[in-house]
Amino acid sequence: MTSVETGILGRLSWDALPITGLIRAPDANEIIANAAAGIVIVGALTVLFLLTWFRLWSPLWRDWLTSADHKKIGIMYIVFAIVMLARGVLEGVVMRAQQAAGPGDGFLKPEHFAELFSTHGTIMIFFVAVPFVFGVANYLVPLMIGARDVAFPVINQISLGLTVSSGMMLMVSLVVGEFSTGGWTAYPPYTGAAFNPGVGPDYWIWAIVVSGVGTTLTGINFAVTIYKLRAPGMKFMRLPMYCWTIICSSILIVFAMPPLGVAALLLAADRYLDFHFFTNDLGGNMMNYANLFWLFGHPEVYLLVLPAYGIYSEVFATFSAKRLYGYNSLVIATMSIAVLSFTVWLHHFFTMGQSALINAVFGIATMLIAIPTGVKVYDWMATLYRGRIRFSVPMLYGLAFLMLFVIGGLSGVILANPTIDYQVHNTLFLVAHFHNVLLPGVLFALLAGYNYWFPKAFGFRLNEFWGRVSVVCWTVGFLLTFMPLYFVGLMGMPRRSYSWEDPSFHPYMIIAVIGALVITCGLFSILIQLWVSIRNREKTRAPIGDPWDGRTLEWSIPSPPPPYNFAIIPEVTDRDNFAAAKERAAAYPKPEAYEDIEMPRNTGIGFILCVLSGVWMFALVWWIWWLALLMTITIILAIIIWSFDTSTEIIIPAEEVRKDHEAWLDLVHSTAAVDRDYEIAPENRGLARPDMEVVT
Amino acid sequence: MRRAPTQSYPGINLGEGHASAHKATEVVTFGFWVFLMSDLVYFGLMFAIYITMIDAQAGGPGPHELFDLKSIFAQTLILLTSSLTVGLAMLALKYNLPRARIVLWFGVTLVLGLSFLVLEIRDFLNMAAQGGIPQRSGFLSAFYGLVPLHGLHVASGCLWLIVLGIQLRMFGLTDLLMSRMVRLALFWHFLDLIWVGIITIVYFGGLTYG
Repeated sequence: MTSVETGILGRLSWDALPITGLIRAPDANEIIANAAAGIVIVGALTVLFLLTWFRLWSPLWRDWLTSADHKKIGIMYIVFAIVMLARGVLEGVVMRAQQAAGPGDGFLKPEHFAELFSTHGTIMIFFVAVPFVFGVANYLVPLMIGARDVAFPVINQISLGLTVSSGMMLMVSLVVGEFSTGGWTAYPPYTGAAFNPGVGPDYWIWAIVVSGVGTTLTGINFAVTIYKLRAPGMKFMRLPMYCWTIICSSILIVFAMPPLGVAALLLAADRYLDFHFFTNDLGGNMMNYANLFWLFGHPEVYLLVLPAYGIYSEVFATFSAKRLYGYNSLVIATMSIAVLSFTVWLHHFFTMGQSALINAVFGIATMLIAIPTGVKVYDWMATLYRGRIRFSVPMLYGLAFLMLFVIGGLSGVILANPTIDYQVHNTLFLVAHFHNVLLPGVLFALLAGYNYWFPKAFGFRLNEFWGRVSVVCWTVGFLLTFMPLYFVGLMGMPRRSYSWEDPSFHPYMIIAVIGALVITCGLFSILIQLWVSIRNREKTRAPIGDPWDGRTLEWSIPSPPPPYNFAIIPEVTDRDNFAAAKERAAAYPKPEAYEDIEMPRNTGIGFILCVLSGVWMFALVWWIWWLALLMTITIILAIIIWSFDTSTEIIIPAEEVRKDHEAWLDLVHSTAAVDRDYEIAPENRGLARPDMEVVT
Repeated sequence: MRRAPTQSYPGINLGEGHASAHKATEVVTFGFWVFLMSDLVYFGLMFAIYITMIDAQAGGPGPHELFDLKSIFAQTLILLTSSLTVGLAMLALKYNLPRARIVLWFGVTLVLGLSFLVLEIRDFLNMAAQGGIPQRSGFLSAFYGLVPLHGLHVASGCLWLIVLGIQLRMFGLTDLLMSRMVRLALFWHFLDLIWVGIITIVYFGGLTYG
């Protein structure tokens, strides 16, 4: 395909801007496309303007973009994920509106609708779920295992840079050119050069490749962090459940991201260099792509949902004031799911021509996953049983999860039966199923975690009222949007259809779009909650750091934690170490001596690679070969130059650590402890009066 | 032979009383092993694709027309010898031999790595001259997706060796550079391992089943 004549700007021209289409044919479709592009541009300009107006450029650069602090990197991941979440939700609303517009063709063009479901899937998986999950992990894992940072702080920063630059490609694709119409799975040969010569699949490919590199580095980083940096005494069976799920997730990343990278790069070889991996002619084999993609794709859903299980495990234990029930069985179940997740990928294409025997084997393997998952659900219920439950926001999300997720899991078991799958595959039944596991499973967990750990990160609690509003909106919105899809799916409505004719679908489609609007209210109530909480922060401050009577190490330090996390690395003697210390009245010990602390120095390499990789991707998408080559060389040079920088540490003197730590200890001793009745009252300054039913 | 009692990574001599350096080396070396595992999955998948596409020759030239076993034999000897020289460099590092010895063995490794690349590229050019280009068939796509990927790894290894040489001259034999040498050695042996897979599966397998 390289034979096409291209100028200095490759195949980039004015036609790539959506405004050209609006001028030529002003209709609803073009207006929506231009509005979306407009939102991106206005949003970017607003951010730039506000940064300049409030003179925030230098703090942004100094305190955030160049920071190698895992806590700041985690927060940046989450901010990025929430921005992308807003786009993903709004796209979902537009799609529901299109299908609710009644029998017929709706208001969107077919290609536009196809772009919407492709970006919606790609964004929600790669640029909401992954960065949100690993943003939370970034923040928590070192705090939970008693470490001062992750194993490779700078690589952590690079991972963030690569994730953000590839997410930006999806934003750029709204304004310049178009995105892929091939769904988030991008199956060839449809996405090959013969059928899809435009830039769409190329945006998908490079965003996936670059973010995949970032995610792989993250996986390596967290596996090494948990294996090697645990505090003394933190044996594996004393790890908080959340850290167990992050180990499993990291292992999944290390083994499951390469298939995605291979699939995307081979597709790129087909499109750019005329190779024949997946083409229809000259011996190409599309099935290799399907296998590669789902060899990644199925472990992917577990690498997202396992950390969510981890969050729920922490939330249920804390807000039931009980030790987590069945810790050992939860560890075994988590590991089993991680292993089994590599044995089921074929259930994504039961209908693509394997023998009945192979389908049966994979169907049974798929059903097996319900066993460890069931163990987990019972363990969580047993944790709640006879606990002193507080119905705070994270707990409410957790309870919604317990009920809704089981429905989603059971519809998965139905789909795991190949004979049934032949009937319902490629229908909205499937769409209902995976939204039913991903929303209550992953997204509710992330929102629960966001409410639960927010006071740790910022030193004040989030507003309860708006938190509860968001729980209600998300739960009701989810039910209204996706339950009807089970029914229309069974009635035979195919997924990804921009147009339909059967009038009996119509009532369900109307309910679904109402649900989508309720979900939008949920999204906005999260933003309102943040706004209200920031305004009222003086009333909810909890600087001591333990507002929920927590059980694990992260609650034993100030909120927000100092850059070095722990003034003294704790000695771990119990599973719920902080809860046990509180029970023994041995929390908040006064250290005998302080030491100088080595911390990673700020560096710009992550930001530099973010910008360079962004330009590199854009150049490749638009065939600007000279720029792509220039960027390739610059990226290699940047990494080499970085390797010459050997002064990567700064020293925080012991005296400074002592001063800060003792000031905080004074605050601890001068503050009144509150019991759980005052958990959401202003009296809760983050010092908990122990209220444990069972500790050991 | 001096060896610090606290050292947890035995393949490298960081001297006594460097507990923190040992700890740091252990963490990065373990991280590098995990990275190699991930990289190994890339190669494993490319091997699998090659195997599924051996028959997808689409009437184009196949293994019997294209593969030159004499050249493969030479490349194998060169690459295996380079693994030996990397090992000798690591022994020099471990037993505190003069720095010139380390530089010598790494230098020989670099020369061998570059000669391997020259031979490999010559092979590709010969194949192309007989119509064996990746655009010709699925089989050739799979071949060119796998073997040059290994070549690219060798090339990055060579680049790494050059950068390491410059850094050795600038900074001397610091703990950081010693730890990087350990990782470079791991990487180089990994490349050898992959090459053994390539001659077995791509060349012998291709000639047997293709």
